[in-house]
Amino acid sequence: MNKNIFIKALSNPLAFAGFIIIVCVFLLAILAPLISPYDPDFFNVKEILLPPSALHWMGTDGLGRDVLSRMLHGGRISLLVGLVAVGISTTIGILLGAIAGYYRGWVDTVIMRMVDVMLSIPSFFLILAVIAFLTPSIINIMVVIGLTSWMGVTRLVRAEFLSLNEREFVMASRTLAAKDIRLIFVHLLPNSLTPIIVSSVLGVASAVLLESGLSFLGLGVQAPQASWGNILTDGKEYIQFAWWLSLFPGMAILITVLGYNLLGEGLRDALDPRSGSSH
Amino acid sequence: MLIGISLISFFIMHLAPGDITNNEASFNPKASEESRQKLREMYNLDKPVIVQYSLWLKRMISLDFGKSFASHQKPVFWQTTDKDGNVTKGLIQEALPITLLINILGLVIILALAIPLGIIAARKYRGWQDRSITLFNFIGFSIPGFWLSLLLMYWLGVMNNWLPISGIHSLDYETLDTWSKIKDTLSHLFMPVVIPSVTGLAGITLFVKNGMLDVLNQDYITTARAKGLAEQKVVYTHALRNALLPLITIIGLSIPGLIGGSVIAETIFAIPGMGKLFYDAVLMRDFPVVMGILTIGSALTLIGNLIADLAYAWADPRVRRGVVQS
Repeated sequence: MNKNIFIKALSNPLAFAGFIIIVCVFLLAILAPLISPYDPDFFNVKEILLPPSALHWMGTDGLGRDVLSRMLHGGRISLLVGLVAVGISTTIGILLGAIAGYYRGWVDTVIMRMVDVMLSIPSFFLILAVIAFLTPSIINIMVVIGLTSWMGVTRLVRAEFLSLNEREFVMASRTLAAKDIRLIFVHLLPNSLTPIIVSSVLGVASAVLLESGLSFLGLGVQAPQASWGNILTDGKEYIQFAWWLSLFPGMAILITVLGYNLLGEGLRDALDPRSGSSH
Repeated sequence: MLIGISLISFFIMHLAPGDITNNEASFNPKASEESRQKLREMYNLDKPVIVQYSLWLKRMISLDFGKSFASHQKPVFWQTTDKDGNVTKGLIQEALPITLLINILGLVIILALAIPLGIIAARKYRGWQDRSITLFNFIGFSIPGFWLSLLLMYWLGVMNNWLPISGIHSLDYETLDTWSKIKDTLSHLFMPVVIPSVTGLAGITLFVKNGMLDVLNQDYITTARAKGLAEQKVVYTHALRNALLPLITIIGLSIPGLIGGSVIAETIFAIPGMGKLFYDAVLMRDFPVVMGILTIGSALTLIGNLIADLAYAWADPRVRRGVVQS
């Protein structure tokens, strides 16, 4: 069933474009060590701040490092952070949402209160505070982004469970004395999977944006490790002399995030019967 | 709610490795272990965590967020008057109006553009207008605000020197007359206000569009059209009012995002608002300021949501009479 939906989603030109972008970005990131023309950390003082040329397609930075190589390696970080962070938040969201939606009662109340509290703290402040007090590192960023963005999935899963709970096949299964675990994982969860997939794809987009923002502020991926965000930090410093340091990483972030957003919205369109071919 | 928020913000602070007195002491190499101990006592850091929390909570209820560790013992939230009658302004007191001003201006711009755009997109659904607005929305969602800031800063500020690129006032601000002062402030605020609006604009436009689409398909709109009302009147008086109702809630919900988003914009443009204050406090490990801003920021969110709920009840008589739950 999911396969059909996926094919249907990809027949939407925007979603297809998003899919192609993501595949390309993935390939570039995976192949980065093979296709990078230079070592991303190798600096050459004779080649500081060179504009783009045949030798350095995207120029060099303030330490004479090749920007293209750093971009390719930075792409790996972005994707890794995006995927792991969303993995964490989706797992938490599914677990809490399932518990709240299935058991209802006071458990539901407690979990939903937690969601409300988390939602009312400006999340970027929260993330900044936590990350700055733990030493910034890739693992910390992934965990913190994951731990501060599970609320949407929780609400989603809970809502799905609440409505599925009333459906006949679930009641039938319950009448047959199915265990809670079986009901949750065999009947309820697979049937709520599609909106979860949509929200995770969109979640990767915002996680990539968050990571680049944090790295840009110097609280994310730390130098000399390359990330799109911290190349942009250099870009800000040299903005008067070296436009290429700002332009390319920003484009990379824009295109990648656009890819996830297009795919996510395309999937949503394909899955949501309301926005089908009506109107 | 508030207790939950205060718990979270308090315990985050205590995740921090190391002792903050290290930080203060490191400014002064002569600081002895004894004076560090004094500092710890002064900030009650020698007491158990639970005691610290209850002390902090007690002061928080009276809106006393303590004093900043860095920046010369300035009060975190509101001004204090010492025994000589000298008034020291609070850090948040100085920063909050700036951030509020930027966000409110931004919100006004967003609404002024998003509502017409959303209506156009809904009326010309699947036409070229709708498609270009959709494309714009996708880009707005995906563009990193700080990158856009950098590009515009380069183009408007560095290349063409049209707009100032940092701060909220020029150096000669004090010498200007009132009109020039307003102009000066506006030109400084232009980029920090407009750039974060792009992302918000995308979201709200999409929202208005979907709301309009839903409403335009309802029976009462068909009725209005069937009885021969002008299309303008159908769209702007019948449909729009219902389509905009949920917008109230969305604006309420977007407050934490706006406040959080101010960190990057304010840091880039060196605007002395809440975001910059928070960023600096985080880097300095200035606990009272960080906790104060987290709490005040969350309280603002709650107040925003409350206002949104009240406004919704005011705008929609069905909610007021309890006919439907919003």
